Amino acid sequence: MFEWTEFKIWTLWGPESLKQTGNFLASFFPPNISTDFLVQVARETWRTVAMATVGITLAIVLAVPLAFLAVRVLSLSALTGRMQVLPSAIREIVRAILIILRSVPELIWALIFVRVVGLGPTSGVLAIALTYAGMLGKVYAEILESGDPSNSQALMRNGAGRLQTLFYALLPQNADELTSYTIYRWECAIRSSAVLGFVGAGGLGQMMDSSLKMFNGSEVLTILIVFLLLVWCSDMVSAWLRKFLS
Amino acid sequence: MKPIAQTGIRPKAIFFLLACCALIIASFASLNLQFAAFFDPGTLRKMGLFIAELTQPNWSGVFWLKLLPAALETLAMSALGTLIAFVLGLALAIPASKSSPARFSLIRSSARWVLSALRSVPELMWAALLLISAGLGPMSGTLALALHTTGVLGRMFAEALENAPKDNEFALSVRGVSRSKIFFFVQVPQIAPQLVSYTLYRWENNIRAATVLGIVGAGGLGQMLSYYLSLFKMSETSSILLVMIGLVLLVDMFSAKIRRMLA
Repeated sequence: MFEWTEFKIWTLWGPESLKQTGNFLASFFPPNISTDFLVQVARETWRTVAMATVGITLAIVLAVPLAFLAVRVLSLSALTGRMQVLPSAIREIVRAILIILRSVPELIWALIFVRVVGLGPTSGVLAIALTYAGMLGKVYAEILESGDPSNSQALMRNGAGRLQTLFYALLPQNADELTSYTIYRWECAIRSSAVLGFVGAGGLGQMMDSSLKMFNGSEVLTILIVFLLLVWCSDMVSAWLRKFLS
Repeated sequence: MKPIAQTGIRPKAIFFLLACCALIIASFASLNLQFAAFFDPGTLRKMGLFIAELTQPNWSGVFWLKLLPAALETLAMSALGTLIAFVLGLALAIPASKSSPARFSLIRSSARWVLSALRSVPELMWAALLLISAGLGPMSGTLALALHTTGVLGRMFAEALENAPKDNEFALSVRGVSRSKIFFFVQVPQIAPQLVSYTLYRWENNIRAATVLGIVGAGGLGQMLSYYLSLFKMSETSSILLVMIGLVLLVDMFSAKIRRMLA
């Protein structure tokens, strides 16, 4: 294992590497806090958050219909005995789609989209939308199925359509779990969009990537600190929101 | 079930919805989104060609000679990174847990702060930062995974140490057994199954991370993927993607089996 990963950690302390690392680390201090740069960083931070928000919104738009199609609770044919073959097959196909969407790493989606659409936030937004649609869809389906079925059963047995049952029984019943998970995923999306910047999707990641390539340590340190603050803030906002809504 | 107070909920919910809408509209407006570019006929044709090529993976022997070492490299990266993180995480969890006898709470807060910082920086960011000192190749990937996972595991281990039942520990310490002996003979065995189980779960996550770390130059399948994708060689790309999925499934199965054996 050590051999395979070329894990020669002692080379980190070899003379050239040490001098290079030392120089690089020394260039980190002092962090670049010039006003121009800070304004740029603030703009990129907003871009990162905006990318995450747009991505999650699109993901919700995709995930809700998919979850709706995948839940077994809304099965009309299951009201009277076992679910029939066609509805069951449709549900399995939708679940498979959700698994595929969820399993492809978003970085790979972003890589492909950057080559198709070009650099910029569009590719990042689409990558987040697709991956998070898979995650949100699966968890929405699980949440909708885990609630007490008597409400939705009562509505469906009395002739309500599936869509009506969704809006009048399932969603209100599980609204707080659904929102809580969505807020948590929004926070994850912020971190993802920073990472996606490294392949050209814009935001803090792209800024850090270009500063690293130019060996501009002071800029890198500022961006890193701002990123940590962003993660910390969004963590607090997310926790507060979830408490506020419960 | 207590009925929800109707008077308090409505204004809160409306305020939340309005704030969300404002954030969403502001986000859409401020980004220069170009979905039109996506649906432009030239782009669609290009994507069609990509997808067609993607369905014909390259399984030639020559390519396998490149795929296999890269896959092993990725696997080793994830395994070694997780292993290092287990050791370092445990080491940092001792001062970080509330039940530790650290005389100064400064040590505890700084340990917790270090773990939090390690955990907040995503693996890819660590890899990009480490490329300067560790160079291109799998070592930066391994270190990046190790650092991030140390934060995750360290936090989890600290909580496990805090939540473990204290009776045995108390009985021995009342008798005067030294703290380090107590740690190794009581606390560690008590939480060991939890630790190993969670570490294996993180390994599953790390194999996925290791496959993509290569995209910034940290070696393994990711580096190959980035190379072939930049040359638009979609059939090689699709075989790399399939090997990635296979590797992830393999590690998932292996990890699940061991965790079931432990439970």
